Amino acid sequence: MAQNTPELARAKPPAMIWEDAFLIEDQLTEEERMIRDAARAYCQDKLQPRVTEANRNEVFHREIMTEMGALGLLGSTIPEELGGVGANYVSYGLVAREVERVDSGYRSAMSVQSSLVMHPIFAYGTDEQRQKYLPKLASGEWVGCFGLTEPDHGSDPGGMLTRAKQVDGGYSISGAKNWITNSPIADVFVVWAKSDAHDGAIKGFVLEKGIKGLNAPKIEGKFSLRASTTGMIQMDEVFVPEENLLPNVSGLAGPFGCLNRARYGIAWGAMGAAEFCWHAARDYTLERKQFGKPLAQTQLIQKKLADMQTEISLGLQGCLRLGRLFDEHRAPAELISLMKRNNCGKALDIARVSRDMHGGNGVSDEYGVIRHVMNLEAVNTYEGTHDVHALILGRAQTGLQAFM
Amino acid sequence: MKVLVPVKRVIDYNVKVRVKADGSGVDLANVKMSMNPFDEIAVEEAIRMKEAGKVDEIVVVSIGIEKSQETLRTALAMGADRAILVNAADDVHTDIEPLAVAKLLKAVIAEENPGLVLCGKQAIDNDMNATGQMLSALLGWSQATFASEINVDGDSATVTREVDGGLQTIKVKMPAIVTVDLRLNEPRYASLPNIMKAKKKPLDTKTAADLGVDVAPRLSVVKTTEPAERAAGVKVADVAELVAKLKDEAGVI
Repeated sequence: MAQNTPELARAKPPAMIWEDAFLIEDQLTEEERMIRDAARAYCQDKLQPRVTEANRNEVFHREIMTEMGALGLLGSTIPEELGGVGANYVSYGLVAREVERVDSGYRSAMSVQSSLVMHPIFAYGTDEQRQKYLPKLASGEWVGCFGLTEPDHGSDPGGMLTRAKQVDGGYSISGAKNWITNSPIADVFVVWAKSDAHDGAIKGFVLEKGIKGLNAPKIEGKFSLRASTTGMIQMDEVFVPEENLLPNVSGLAGPFGCLNRARYGIAWGAMGAAEFCWHAARDYTLERKQFGKPLAQTQLIQKKLADMQTEISLGLQGCLRLGRLFDEHRAPAELISLMKRNNCGKALDIARVSRDMHGGNGVSDEYGVIRHVMNLEAVNTYEGTHDVHALILGRAQTGLQAFM
Repeated sequence: MKVLVPVKRVIDYNVKVRVKADGSGVDLANVKMSMNPFDEIAVEEAIRMKEAGKVDEIVVVSIGIEKSQETLRTALAMGADRAILVNAADDVHTDIEPLAVAKLLKAVIAEENPGLVLCGKQAIDNDMNATGQMLSALLGWSQATFASEINVDGDSATVTREVDGGLQTIKVKMPAIVTVDLRLNEPRYASLPNIMKAKKKPLDTKTAADLGVDVAPRLSVVKTTEPAERAAGVKVADVAELVAKLKDEAGVI
């Protein structure tokens, strides 16, 4: 830092870079920037051209998982010897932002694989499980999904009905999971169930496609995340051998450890979607002339652009700080709630306002903005709704829980 | 065979270029920079030759400010083995002219003894299209420019060149300087594992003075201007008016 002098004190400050107000670019390491650039190049060249049709026709291109795997985008924080990259959490967040700049559905598929499937196997599994599953999940050869939410238990996962009964050589699991990203195409299912053999505690199990009694029907008619596949997991006395129990965690700490990582990625990702909508609104209103001048030359539009810039700049800077704390293993769950809640809520608002600024064109999928509006409705809801995260933050500062 | 690939750090092709207020050049302060796209094609070609077993080692070299290290790291992440940075300027706005670059490359080549130099046909910032040709003249090596296909076979190489109105295939003696064109290949993305590995690959730093080359500019930029803004069009009432305008005003029919 330069020492203050009268000359410096009266020097003209530099102009702000409108799209990077806090100079996030300066705060990243060379390696983080390279990872971000590699992710951005792939997303813009290979994902962006596919997304409009994928969303329109409600299809997920399975090969995207293999492409992401080849680039190292799946489970990038897992150590190299298990098929990962050993990247830090800031890099993981930067990748989520680039993927979600294209589509929240694609980011969901990546987050689920990385944070909700590979993370629990890495953190809570046995060495055999790590060796067996992680390399194939990292390469995208296998797709994973995560079963926690049930038809009647969303915000209240502790009330789950799925049960694991001890049987000879393992467990018999029965129950149903709902709103499961990737389930219809999954090879590996990380399922959470209350286990009789563990005094009714919630335990994690790794199920494989094709076992008797396991079905994963697709949920049709979604108006959100249409470029990613969502389904159910139906389990009717599915036999799971003892070696497929995740032994190293018990209770809700297991699923919440996974969700914290995914929510952190969502906080970054939502800002990517918001940036797309903001830049699109700026471009559109600069180009579009009404009453003889660009829309961007009106106070109403400039106020909206200023709000977008403010929220996105603050949201990204918050994400980066949270990421640094994550990398130092001192990110509190409440701070993750704060950033997930703030960034999803703000991104949804920004997308809706951007849709508005695009006038009638805003409802056409060719502009991409309405797709982000639809997607962010789900992103604001899944992995802890906006309101439930408020209850987590309320409890943390009052010591009083208001969930029920 | 060892291949040397010079790579230049230039303003990113997606950035909207702004001319500096004094007209002395383009504003590069806080602007996204990346590897010259033609150099990326050259790096990709070298990697493909290595994968085909024709090349043992790929050395990338960049000449510029210290930050050009990032461009070298990108090349290492794509698959180059080793990098050399020739630190020749402190300010990103200092342009090192093709002749100085060619002389510095000649000095690097004297130390490295590559069998082939693959470079981009030009850098997208100044569009000089001169360094490869100058280097070939300084070394007395064969040159093949605008390559869209390269086949090295023993002591010669067959290169297809993109020339006005078609393709020309030539055979040159090795060692050679080949400058590559857009359609030679489609460069790969650096994967995350390779980005991590690139950190551990060797990157040596030298200065222009170490190599005994004076990089002081010999050219002076008189003026830099933005492209003229497109003028508004006009509406014509009917086909007859359109034809008349095309004939009399535009003079195209």
